[in-house]
Amino acid sequence: MIEVQDLSKRYGSQLAVNDISFRCEPGTITGFLGPNGAGKSTTLRMICGLTPPTAGTTAVLGTSYRKLPNPGRQVGVLLDASAQHQGRSGREVLRLTADVLGVDNRRVPELLERVGLPKAAAKKRVGNYSLGMRQRLGIAQALMGEPEVLILDEPANGLDPEGIFWMRELLRDFADRAGTVLLSSHLLREVEVIADQLVVIGEGKIVAQGAKAELLAASGTLVRGVDAEALAEGLSAAGLAAAASPDGSLVVEAEPETVGRLAAELGLALIELRPADGGGLEQLFLTLTSREEVAA
Amino acid sequence: MSAVAVAPTRPPLQRLTGVELRKSVDTRAGFWLLLLNALVVVAVVVLVLAVGNDEDQTFASMFGDTIGVASILLPIVGLLLVTSEWSQRTALTTFTLVPERGRVVLAKVLAGCGLALAATVICLVSAAIGNLIAGGSWEIELSHIGEGALYELFGMLGALALGLLLMHSALAIVTYFVLPTVVGIVVEVVPGLDDPAKWFEPTRSTTPVSEGTVNGMEWAYFGVTAAIWIGIPLVLGLLRLARHELK
Repeated sequence: MIEVQDLSKRYGSQLAVNDISFRCEPGTITGFLGPNGAGKSTTLRMICGLTPPTAGTTAVLGTSYRKLPNPGRQVGVLLDASAQHQGRSGREVLRLTADVLGVDNRRVPELLERVGLPKAAAKKRVGNYSLGMRQRLGIAQALMGEPEVLILDEPANGLDPEGIFWMRELLRDFADRAGTVLLSSHLLREVEVIADQLVVIGEGKIVAQGAKAELLAASGTLVRGVDAEALAEGLSAAGLAAAASPDGSLVVEAEPETVGRLAAELGLALIELRPADGGGLEQLFLTLTSREEVAA
Repeated sequence: MSAVAVAPTRPPLQRLTGVELRKSVDTRAGFWLLLLNALVVVAVVVLVLAVGNDEDQTFASMFGDTIGVASILLPIVGLLLVTSEWSQRTALTTFTLVPERGRVVLAKVLAGCGLALAATVICLVSAAIGNLIAGGSWEIELSHIGEGALYELFGMLGALALGLLLMHSALAIVTYFVLPTVVGIVVEVVPGLDDPAKWFEPTRSTTPVSEGTVNGMEWAYFGVTAAIWIGIPLVLGLLRLARHELK
């Protein structure tokens, strides 16, 4: 369980994180979503006790992270896969972690295999790793202490599609065994497939949060009939608000079933009938991202 | 998530020290620095055997020589043990796994002490082998050995503290080598500093220690110098680290 309460971080005149609050429950994967520079990494560093907050509190498993006696045994953290000594081999990096945590170092080869780093790669220096391999190593490091909570900053960065699929399965399995996962991303599509809770942040503020299903929920029904005019009249007569699109389709504030039954009653042939795209979140996210691009 | 939840305990200091010792040898830079250090010690003994006179070819004299050369490079291993956390960005992981930052520093200090004492042992062994070959005098004061170890510790801890204060490899290495020299020149040039310099000028106040001839007041000079060159940067470095944002 992770709790963030009224958290803020100010750098000079800039408010990097502006009074945010959210919770991550066991058994769920929370996607922490926002464009680059929105305050995601700062927030994660504050949760892990690396950056002192200007205001507010964070708790992991009911206590402040820095009060955990041996945090790696309870919380797996991957904040920056590239922040590794370039001259150590992947195996050596894991060996050091195992030693600090007091974990049997036989877990090192086990984990290397689990994250898909073959023996030859494990012997190579991290300086020669691709970003995808570093992410795998970082995940192995995070899993070393068999934690209950995972905090991952942009873990899918640099992973190929197979790698993203692998990570999705791994995190799903972790959450299904009552683990808590908080992962950040700047890509909506990436988080959409992995997370079941979403926290969307833009310019330091939370702009949307809740269950993914709700946030992405169809905002109405898209319907297209052979006779668009008759369909619009019928919907209006039934008291259903509908907005017309230039392509002749209508977005109706009702369930697809209601619209379908109405069309059947009226004897109108339909070409298309489906939940409208979850345009809300996507639109919001696009606005955030484009604002960032304008700023850049 | 294991069925039997065992309350985790703090990693004991000896384990953290072991990890820091491992970190000092498991990279190319650390490994070669330590090996080079040992080779320089051996080379000095060989040199004394080749060109030294009878007076130089004794156990005590060769031990003193090796202590002197060992103290040149060894401190850099300690310095890098701290600064590489920043230059290699491993601080992020290190302090995520051990949030009590002071404990990490303590483990590094203990690892540094371990390396300094190991170096002293290597000096003793090299000098002993040299003396076996030379057939010189075995006479040595026990205090001479202790002071040799102390001299190694002084360099090691001074470099480590400086690394902690500056958190930057190149800057710390340059400062470590240049600053004492600058201070040495300043006390020579500025009138009136010549006498008080014995309290803080490292070359002057540590020479009796490296030679194993410290007496009463010289201990005080050495103590004050150590407090200045180790204590001050260490305390300031710890304060800096405590409020430092790790990225």
